[in-house]
Amino acid sequence: MSLKRNILDLRKRKEIVLQGGGEEAIKKQNAMGKLTARERIQGIVDAGSFHEYDMFVEHQSKDFDMDKKVLHGDGVVIGTGTVYGEPVAVYAQDFTVAGGSLGLMHARKITKIMDHAIKMRMPIIGINDSGGARIQEGVDSLAGYGEIFFRNTMASGVIPQLSVILGPCAGGAVYSPALTDFVFVVDNISKMFITGPEVVKTVLGEVVSMEDLGGARVHAAISGNAHFFALTEQECFEQIKKLLTFIPWNNQRKAKAFPAKPPKPEYKINNILPADPTQPYDVREIIMAVADDSDFMEIQQDFAQNIVIGFGRIDGETVGFVANQPLVLAGVLDCDSADKAGRFIRFCDAFNIPIVTFEDMPGYLPGVEQEHMGVIRHGAKVLYAYSEATVPKITVILRKAYGGGYIAMNSRHLKADFMFAWPTAEIAVMGPEGAANIIFKKEIKESANPEETRKQKVIEYREKFANPYVAASKGYIDSVIEPEETRMLLKHSIEVSSNKTVIVPQKKHGIPPF
Amino acid sequence: MSNTKYEKLQIDGVEYKTTFTSKWINRKKWEEPNLNLIESHIPGTILNINVKEGQEVEADDVLLTLQAMKMNNKITAPFSAKIKKIYVKAGDQIAKDTLMIELEE
Repeated sequence: MSLKRNILDLRKRKEIVLQGGGEEAIKKQNAMGKLTARERIQGIVDAGSFHEYDMFVEHQSKDFDMDKKVLHGDGVVIGTGTVYGEPVAVYAQDFTVAGGSLGLMHARKITKIMDHAIKMRMPIIGINDSGGARIQEGVDSLAGYGEIFFRNTMASGVIPQLSVILGPCAGGAVYSPALTDFVFVVDNISKMFITGPEVVKTVLGEVVSMEDLGGARVHAAISGNAHFFALTEQECFEQIKKLLTFIPWNNQRKAKAFPAKPPKPEYKINNILPADPTQPYDVREIIMAVADDSDFMEIQQDFAQNIVIGFGRIDGETVGFVANQPLVLAGVLDCDSADKAGRFIRFCDAFNIPIVTFEDMPGYLPGVEQEHMGVIRHGAKVLYAYSEATVPKITVILRKAYGGGYIAMNSRHLKADFMFAWPTAEIAVMGPEGAANIIFKKEIKESANPEETRKQKVIEYREKFANPYVAASKGYIDSVIEPEETRMLLKHSIEVSSNKTVIVPQKKHGIPPF
Repeated sequence: MSNTKYEKLQIDGVEYKTTFTSKWINRKKWEEPNLNLIESHIPGTILNINVKEGQEVEADDVLLTLQAMKMNNKITAPFSAKIKKIYVKAGDQIAKDTLMIELEE
């Protein structure tokens, strides 16, 4: 064969593989509103930057007539490319090839690109669209999943791992996304569950649709498994690219700095907070009033909305914001919000992102449901995550900082580096009403007009104790500041923390209350 | 935001204006369990019933067998009692939390 013929032969071979499961299967895929695996990768990486590996990998199974079947690329596309000029590793399961089912070689391709990403210290983006284990390959398929989970765990905290659910992801397969840092879902396309509707019906007699069991909205709002929800695949790809601008490429690096931009003028920091501590407001407006260009990328915005988490920039540098949300459930901590905040704090800590905490919370959510769900061990995650974090930790107390909540929300006592309080801050062991009722119980009971005395005592307690000055007089708060000064002081805090060094006791790893 | 209808949530004696999540609204409210009511802890099929109404039973006596997840679950009396009423019969397919037997002390 001449070189030319060799080249033509190669091109022909590639062309066949690039057809995936063939025209008919691609038509079916498109009819479901889904792009093909390669189109999806192109939607994320810089144009022309993607290089595919292992195109000619084929399965080696012989049982159940599998030796007669050709599965192009064994149902998964792997490779590397760039996003905004920085390298990323990608894999995308190809549903058009045997339903994207995971066999041994399919899994080997995924673990190959994962190993590559870990070695090259670059983020990995995994696009999931698979019917599950390839049953014909039996235990080999299970081995494949296990090898992926192991690498997810080894990569955790070393490189950012993004999972994109663009189709079914069922049974054991769900544990790879669950082990990664960010899970993206798309309305009507993503389906995630351990056991499908059929099994749920047979075993439990519960009739539920796939969408109600494990659709995108369920994971975005109820289970908390998803971090980003989009209406279309295209919107999802934009979210992925935007997220990548906020996070570093690996745990040895800092997130890329951008030119500083002032917040937008419509967010006036003096006009957001109601003075009455029982009145709600949207704490996201305060974040937008301090963040560069008022650009705040919220994470898990439909889940446990009583706490707000996400990325923004202060003077060009990425920070992770954690803020109690008085607009929802009065901003209390509960099982879900503690899980949400705890995980985010640990991500920021692992990837050198300073944490800015805005505090305004009355305490923990009361109730049998919460206690039985384990609000004690869940709540402990927040204490653990803040205490363990060694990145710069800055707290701004906006209003209420009562009791256990005061301690948990990155207090000085958990080694916050900077403690600021607005003059509206109420830092106390509990709210004035509750405290007055306990401390002056006898006086109130024995007075001629108990209700009047109670009101008087509440006012007295508020004036004496529910302010930032008691805590400031003990050095628990570094500075009581005007709201307008917040952004400038956040910038200052991050600047002076650039060489922060913390020595922690030698250990293999801690044992967080998972 | 001005159109939002606010709910009230009381924490440590203070009433806060706020909104609720659907998850909070739909939470299962706590009820004190009535130990006299023997309910299915799992959906399944009643294989056989070992007792009759009016019968006295001792603690740990087998009341009935509930087949679920391919297992024969022996449902026993939690304490010594009299069978007040039996709500199921052999062969019945029942859902979770179905009342099967009522006891009286």
